[in-house]
Amino acid sequence: MITNDFIILASQGIHARPATTLIRLVKNFKSAVSLKRGDKTVRLNSMLNILSLTIKGGETVTVLVEGEDEIEAAQAIGLFFTEQLKDL
Amino acid sequence: MKGIGVSPGIAIGRAFVIKKAEAIVSGILLTGEDDVSRETARFDQAVNKAVDEIETIKLNTRLSLKEDDLAILDTQIELLTDPQLKDDVIEKIASERKNPKDALIEVIESFVQLFEGMDDEYMRARAADIKDIGDRILKHLGSAGNSSTQNFGPDTIIIAQDISPSETITMDISHVIGFATQAGSKTSHTAIIAKAKGIPAVVGCGGELSIIENNDLIILNGLSGSVYINPEPNIIADYTRKRDAHQQLKERLKALKDQPAITTDGKKVTLSANIAGADDMADVFEFGGEGVGLFRTELLFMNRDSFPTEGEQFEFYKSVVLRSKGNPVIVRTIDIGGDKHLPYFNLPAELNPFLGYRAIRICLDRKELFITQLKAILRASVFGDLKIMFPMISNAQEIRSAKQVLAEARAELVNEGIAFNADVKVGIMIEIPSAAITADILAKEVDFFSIGTNDLCQYTLAVDRMNEKVSHLYDPFNPGVLRLISNVIEQGHKHGIHVGMCGEMASDQLATLLLLGMGLDDFSMSVAAIPAIKNIIINNSITKAKEIYKKVMQMDNSEEIVAYLQEFIS
Repeated sequence: MITNDFIILASQGIHARPATTLIRLVKNFKSAVSLKRGDKTVRLNSMLNILSLTIKGGETVTVLVEGEDEIEAAQAIGLFFTEQLKDL
Repeated sequence: MKGIGVSPGIAIGRAFVIKKAEAIVSGILLTGEDDVSRETARFDQAVNKAVDEIETIKLNTRLSLKEDDLAILDTQIELLTDPQLKDDVIEKIASERKNPKDALIEVIESFVQLFEGMDDEYMRARAADIKDIGDRILKHLGSAGNSSTQNFGPDTIIIAQDISPSETITMDISHVIGFATQAGSKTSHTAIIAKAKGIPAVVGCGGELSIIENNDLIILNGLSGSVYINPEPNIIADYTRKRDAHQQLKERLKALKDQPAITTDGKKVTLSANIAGADDMADVFEFGGEGVGLFRTELLFMNRDSFPTEGEQFEFYKSVVLRSKGNPVIVRTIDIGGDKHLPYFNLPAELNPFLGYRAIRICLDRKELFITQLKAILRASVFGDLKIMFPMISNAQEIRSAKQVLAEARAELVNEGIAFNADVKVGIMIEIPSAAITADILAKEVDFFSIGTNDLCQYTLAVDRMNEKVSHLYDPFNPGVLRLISNVIEQGHKHGIHVGMCGEMASDQLATLLLLGMGLDDFSMSVAAIPAIKNIIINNSITKAKEIYKKVMQMDNSEEIVAYLQEFIS
């Protein structure tokens, strides 16, 4: 399993639009991906669950990736949080 | 009546009331295992049909959807196919023997309540999205909680309980001039769409709105949130005037907002904003600014009893950078002293405060204050394109000393294991004549210059512009001041660095072509001035600006220069 922490670089946090992009990104991989904020963890395939975490700009989240393509998945997700998120 | 004004502008038109029937739970239970599997399949089909429906809307070119609309539709697809939603509904069908409509209504209701109960305004507004997708699936389960889409007459003002995301997209709004809703907030779909389309809107009006009937004459003010129903003629006349004035202004701004500041012969300059805090950021983009050329940090230090901590400063800088959409933000380190005093920082009275203990001089003397600010700025630098600018620099040694403190701030952060952007660009304000004259020397020390014309002018001409006896001598078009500015730009470019201006001259329409001719890269000003300056730049050529510059530099007095420059402004 690969675990990475990310600071949310978008002022609005994870709102509907980045959540959509993120879910679609994760669908490309076989690995199971979860998102953790504070003591709550949700699977990264449900918009309702992601939104219910109310992740705000500047907060830190943890992404957990597990599966046969976890290295590629973690890389792509890392790029999303460090590069793409601030433009969404 | 009053609601929340979410999209500015004044609309005067006829009401069209949208009424929606609420779907109700029937209470009918399923009888056997066969029913369960059949109804589960029927639910899946309804979801698929709902998704197909949205895909069709996406492909419908007649709607000419913008990127934002497409994003809303994509979000709806993700919500429709949400595994959590599906699990919850199927659970209710399978173990509680609920029929799919009832199961769905209950699941949607519980999510709606969950989101409506959140303390985040944006998330509360998402309850409407969830309700919307619920209605969409219900429609395909053969239960209509739907509303009919209509053709609206000219000058229609839509009155509704709330307007769903899909309605805002599929509705033919070509004749709609305003929205007023009972529910909603600043981040509701009605608000977002109305703002994007520039249609005045008032949301959150509450139940009072239900007294409106079709064809009532409605006036709404999308800025103040006022709604008038069948008002008196004098109010109509008053608002008609206001509407026309607002319309004219909007047209002018709108035409220029997204247009880059490029001369007719292709020279691009940057028009950015002078700001004092995060609240100013929305206007920056509204007025067509491309980032922040001067972020004054004094605001945070005023109206309080002690210096803000590193943490407080970090939050303040971060809040601005997070709203900058990746555009550059130049933070000026604190510029106190002179005429700016802090109640908790006792500066002895001086005979010549403008020539005294101020800005970088205080910072280099009271290093602990400076290092706190620099650490806070560095920490905020990971959130966007932050640059640091030192004010009141008079020589190269001061730059080196300031950079030395910056290096210490970095080292402390490294030790503390706190992230920052190691590549943060460093620049100075050119506002002291010695700095302007030695621009060739200073350019080797920094990544950019920004000319502060207010102080540069008063120091160069030895004029206190607050002193009425001499303020008429304060004159940015004095050939001496112009030669200094021209030297700074020329030397900056010779050494390959970017030269901007953040003083009042940058927003002076009389100076625009002259500065353009000198080669100024970045004009930074108060946001409201941006459209007018952009208007000058896009309607002139760099060739013409260079000629103007050449002619002006041959003139020996500012009266002649001003008279000449006036010829180019209509």
